[in-house]
Amino acid sequence: MQTFSNAGSGDIVLAIAQRIVENRGYLSDIDGLIGDGDHGVNMAKGFSLAAERLRGEPKSLAASLAALGDVLMTEIGGSMGPLYGMMFSGFADALDGVEEIDAAAFERMLRHGLEEVQSIGDAKVGDKTLIDALAPALQAFAAASAKRDDFAAALDALVVAAEKGRDSTIGLVAKIGRASRLGERSRGVLDPGATSCAIILRSLAEGAKAKLGASNPQ
Amino acid sequence: MQRFINNPDLVVDDTVRGFVKAHRDLVKLGENPKVVAFAQAPIRGKVGVITGGGSGHEPAFIGYVGRNMLDAVAVGEIFSSPTAKSFHDAMKIADGGRGVVCLYGNYAGDNMNVKMAVKMAAKDGLEVLTVVANDDVCSAPPSEREKRRGVAGEILMWKCGAAKAALGGTAREVQAAAQKAIDNSRSIGVGLGPCTLPAVGHPNFSIEAGKMEVGIGHHGEPGTRVEPLKKAAEVGRDMAKAVLDDHNLPAGTEVAVLISGLGATPTNELYILNDAVDDEVRGRGLTIARTYVGNFFTSLEMVGATLTIMALDAELKELLAVAVACPAPL
Repeated sequence: MQTFSNAGSGDIVLAIAQRIVENRGYLSDIDGLIGDGDHGVNMAKGFSLAAERLRGEPKSLAASLAALGDVLMTEIGGSMGPLYGMMFSGFADALDGVEEIDAAAFERMLRHGLEEVQSIGDAKVGDKTLIDALAPALQAFAAASAKRDDFAAALDALVVAAEKGRDSTIGLVAKIGRASRLGERSRGVLDPGATSCAIILRSLAEGAKAKLGASNPQ
Repeated sequence: MQRFINNPDLVVDDTVRGFVKAHRDLVKLGENPKVVAFAQAPIRGKVGVITGGGSGHEPAFIGYVGRNMLDAVAVGEIFSSPTAKSFHDAMKIADGGRGVVCLYGNYAGDNMNVKMAVKMAAKDGLEVLTVVANDDVCSAPPSEREKRRGVAGEILMWKCGAAKAALGGTAREVQAAAQKAIDNSRSIGVGLGPCTLPAVGHPNFSIEAGKMEVGIGHHGEPGTRVEPLKKAAEVGRDMAKAVLDDHNLPAGTEVAVLISGLGATPTNELYILNDAVDDEVRGRGLTIARTYVGNFFTSLEMVGATLTIMALDAELKELLAVAVACPAPL
């Protein structure tokens, strides 16, 4: 069975933070088309603050996700602070106490994160939000795991689905959040939240896959 | 951009610091620098009244902290909701032992952060009641009032809620007075020119020369229509009509009128608008008990104005008449 250790995997969160910081300008630019144009600025602020706090002593994946969730929730306002705050705290709670993360634990993590986001926001798939990347990613991961006992392959399926979901937002009209006030004018561009979510999920999946390779040479 | 700023990422901190220095007699900074509180808060035995919202709307929200006004305000980044923690800290600093009421505007971020802050407060045994403002008539049809944004009507909601608390009302009574104030208020905005977030550096929407956007929101949210800029008399009349048609008030109703500039409109033009608004309101057989004209709730340097009309009853009239001392005009 493929697994990776919770204890030694906190660096995955640092890698996610780095990817968000690298995409600061890009995320703000796409947000400028249908929002205030500050998505990248706010995201980079929160994720770099979390990375600063995490550097130094190595933490578990669960503890690192919890720290990130806490920073986003307490330091970054707007809509993205609480939404991503809840997502990462949800991820963290599901992994709490798990020593070896297998595909089932990873799926529980994704599911709990999605549930937590949906507990404070009202968005559904198709509303042009981060849910359009997160929900299909979970679904694809679960479907791939059910079909074949291959954690790595399920992670690949997750990334493909997250990015497909992100791209689907181009054709959607925003139903929720600030962009929804644009109505039809919000069609034709990527949703910034779905875009940052796809970046996060790719980085998370790649990090996990690298850990699998390291601990389960096949 | 021709702006008086130090660092685009620090405009809110710099604003709040300068604001507190200007009004030391009335306000203080919380331990959390994103919370501005009344200098004497918490007032023992009084219901705490708070709000919170994004910055860039000065003198709202921080300017309405004061005596017989708001006890604390959670401060967000420019056009961005404060954190749940800041809302929670504002609730705590306002808590004089009789509960706290949070009066805020209907925006996705504020809804989430307030909801979380209310839960955090409940964990320490502090009950917080809320009222969410939805006075902007152009942001959704009457059948979907719950989707409407909160705009300048929030000021009248704060005034009435805070006055009820100052007069000794319970948390439930404060909540009911604020709810009535906002239920009785309708607003509309008209934009003539865009605004620029300092951290972004360029406007994120545009209004063509010679055009106006009717129904524009406080962050440049698109209105219901873009039309050629008309004479002020027609604009003022159209704004009053849009608000009153939505309101459907019986003749003889007493109202309060509030006209706010959006940041870059000269004050004299607000009076020019009021000239037409007043005629339209009285022409419908309504009585104007109070008129407020000035820059109460702005949107950075947006060119434009909002009109709010609130229907009054005896209680709301009494609450509007309570004397206040706060940095913002009222």
